[in-house]
Amino acid sequence: MPNILVLIRLSTHDTVDAHATALLAGAARLGTPIAVLVTDGPLGDGTIAALGRAGAAEVRHYISPEVDSALLTPMVDALATAAADTAPVAVLTENTIDGREVAGRLAVRLDAGMIVDVVDLRAAEGRAVATTSVLGGSYTVESAVEGGPLIATVRQGSLEGPVTVTEPEVRSEALPVSAVPSAAVEGVSETPVASNRPELRTAARVVSGGRGLQSRERFALVEQLADALGAAVGASRAAVDAGYVPQSAQVGQTGVTVSPQLYVALGISGAIQHRTGMQTAKTIVAINKDPDAPIFDIADFGVVGDVFTVVPQLIEKIEADRR
Amino acid sequence: MKIIVLIKQVPDTYGDRRLDQATGRIDRGGDLVVDEITERAMEVALKEKDARKAEVVLLTMGPASSVDVLRKGLALGADRAVHILDEDLAGSDMLRTSAVLAAALRREGFDLVIAGNESTDGRGGALAAMIAERLGLPHATSLNTVAIGADNVAGERAGEQGTRAIHAELPAIVSVTERNPEARFPSFKGSMRAKKKPLDTVALAELGVAEPASRTTVLTATRRPARAAGRKIADDGTAAAELAEFLTSSRLI
Ligand SMILES: Cc1cc2nc3c(=O)[nH]c(=O)nc-3n(C[C@H](O)[C@H](O)[C@H](O)COP(=O)(O)OP(=O)(O)OC[C@H]3O[C@@H](n4cnc5c(N)ncnc54)[C@H](O)[C@@H]3O)c2cc1C
Ligand SMILES: Nc1ncnc2c1ncn2[C@@H]1O[C@H](COP(=O)(O)O)[C@@H](O)[C@H]1O
Repeated sequence: MPNILVLIRLSTHDTVDAHATALLAGAARLGTPIAVLVTDGPLGDGTIAALGRAGAAEVRHYISPEVDSALLTPMVDALATAAADTAPVAVLTENTIDGREVAGRLAVRLDAGMIVDVVDLRAAEGRAVATTSVLGGSYTVESAVEGGPLIATVRQGSLEGPVTVTEPEVRSEALPVSAVPSAAVEGVSETPVASNRPELRTAARVVSGGRGLQSRERFALVEQLADALGAAVGASRAAVDAGYVPQSAQVGQTGVTVSPQLYVALGISGAIQHRTGMQTAKTIVAINKDPDAPIFDIADFGVVGDVFTVVPQLIEKIEADRR
Repeated sequence: MKIIVLIKQVPDTYGDRRLDQATGRIDRGGDLVVDEITERAMEVALKEKDARKAEVVLLTMGPASSVDVLRKGLALGADRAVHILDEDLAGSDMLRTSAVLAAALRREGFDLVIAGNESTDGRGGALAAMIAERLGLPHATSLNTVAIGADNVAGERAGEQGTRAIHAELPAIVSVTERNPEARFPSFKGSMRAKKKPLDTVALAELGVAEPASRTTVLTATRRPARAAGRKIADDGTAAAELAEFLTSSRLI
C-alpha cells in the first residue's frame, strides 16, 4: 500500500482533535496513513495512543525548538524530510491558513502538484483523486496530479470514514535548524473565546446574522436562537465589519464555507458572496423583512418579517416544544 | 524602499461566474475586476509611499485584459507596472504561477512584496508563501495589520486558532487580509498622469521558467443544479409557529 503523509496539528493540551482524525481517515482511503508531527518536546503516550485510535499506522515525530517561533518552516522541513524517506503518493494538511501555506511551500520543495480545499478523496487506478467544490459550490470538480505526489489541503469537517485502530510505530528525531529564513512569531495575541457552541466549520446547524441585526447588543438574538437549536453562530461580512461579531464568524466568499444540515439566515440580504459560503447547506431558512431579498431565492423556508418579532416567538416555540 | 504589489484581475463575484466544463478552467468571458483584496494590498503600499519615500511597482500575470487592472493601479498612484503576458501561461496552476511570479520578482528586485492573502477565483491562499519558498525569503502572511519599518515588516497574522504577532527582516513577502483598509478612489489628475507612467510587458521567454503549465489534471467538472426557492410566507403573527412546524417536520428540531 502506498504511503500517505498527514500533517497533524495537536490542539491545546496535546489532544488529537476531530480535524486530525478526519485527515487520517481520508489518508486511510488512499493508503497507509503516516502521521507527521512537530513539537518542541517529547510526545506523550496519550497522544501516541490517540493517533493509533485515529488510524495512524506510523508516527514520524520531529523535535524543533523553533516550532512556535519560526513561522511554518519547521513543519515544511519535517514534511519534506518525511517525504524523502517514505515516498508518499499524497500529503494531506488541513485547509487552514497555516495548512495551505505549509502545503504550498512543500509543493514548491517537492515540485509537486497541489489541490486546495478538497472535500472528498478516493483512490482510482493507483492514484489519488481529489474532489473540490468551486466558485461558491456551483461546480464540483474531480482532479488528480501528475509527476509526483498529490499535496492536498482538506476542508475541515468534510472527510470521515472507517479506520483501523493501530499501535503505531513511533520514530522521533531532532529537526536541524532550517537553512531557510522565517518570519518570527512573537506570541499569540488573541485566542478565540472558548465557547460551548459547536464549531462553525463543522456544525450540523448554523444560525447567522447580518446587518439587519442593527447592533452588537441586538445581535444577541442570533446567539439565543443558536443556543435554542444547538447551533453555531455565523455572520455576514456586513455584520463583522460593523463589529457585531468577531471575524472568525464570517460566512462566505472570504470567510468560512459551511455545509450544515440547517442554515438559518437572519437579517441577511443574501449577496452572492455570502451565498457562496452556505448554499450547499441541506436546508436553508431565511427571515428578512424585504420580500425581494435574494436570500429567498435559495431558501427552503422563507419568512418575510421582522427578526425582532419572529425570532423571539420561534425561540419560545422551540423551548415550549422541548418541555 | 521598493515595494512590488501583486495584483490580479478576476471575474466579478457579483456576476455569474462560470467554469469551462471541458478544461476545468474559469471562464474569463464575463465582467472582470481588480480582485478586491489586491486593491487593499495596493493601498498598503500607497500609504507607505504617502508616509515615506517608496517606489511602488505593480506586477500581474494574466491575459491581455489584465492591463486594465494595472492602469487602474497606476491611476491610484503606483509608479510603474509590469505585465507578464504569454499565451503559454493560460491554465497555469499554483506551482507554475508561483515560479513565474518569483522569476519576475527576482528580475525586478525589491525590498518588500505585498500580495493578497487569497484570490476570489482560485482561492489558493498560498501563493505568497510559495513565492517566498522559491526566493528563500521569509513570508509574513495573512496580516490583518501591517507596519513597515526601515528594515523589517510586522503585523498581526490571522488564524483559526487566534491571531499572532509576527515580524520579518526585509527583503520579505507579505500578504494582507480583507481587514486592511479599502483602496482609495482614482482622481482625475491621477488618471491623466497614469497615461505617462511606464507599463512593461514581459514574455515568458524573458523569465526562463521551465515548469510545465500544470501538474494538476481535471478529470470531471459538473455544474451543481441551482437551488430552487421553497416556501415563502409573510409574517401575520403566525410565521414563527409555521416555521417551528417546518423545522419539526423536517426533523431539524
Ligand atoms: C470580494 C468580496 C468578498 C466578500 N465576501 C463576503 C463574505 O465572505 N461574506 C459575506 O457575508 N459578504 C461578503 N461580501 C459582502 C457582500 O457583498 C454583502 O455586502 C454582505 O454579505 C451584506 O451583508 P448583509 O446581508 O448582512 O447586509 P445587507 O446587504 O445590508 O442586508 C441586510 C438585510 O437585513 C434586512 N433587515 C434589516 N432589518 C431587518 C429586520 N429588523 N428584520 C429582518 N430583516 C431585516 C434587510 O432587508 C436586508 O436584506 C463580499 C464582497 C466582496 C466584494
Ligand atoms: N496571476 C497573478 N498575478 C499577480 N498576482 C497574483 C496572481 N495570482 C495570484 N496573485 C497574488 O497572490 C495572492 C493570493 O492568490 P491565491 O494564492 O491564488 O489565492 C493574490 O491576492 C495576488 O496578490
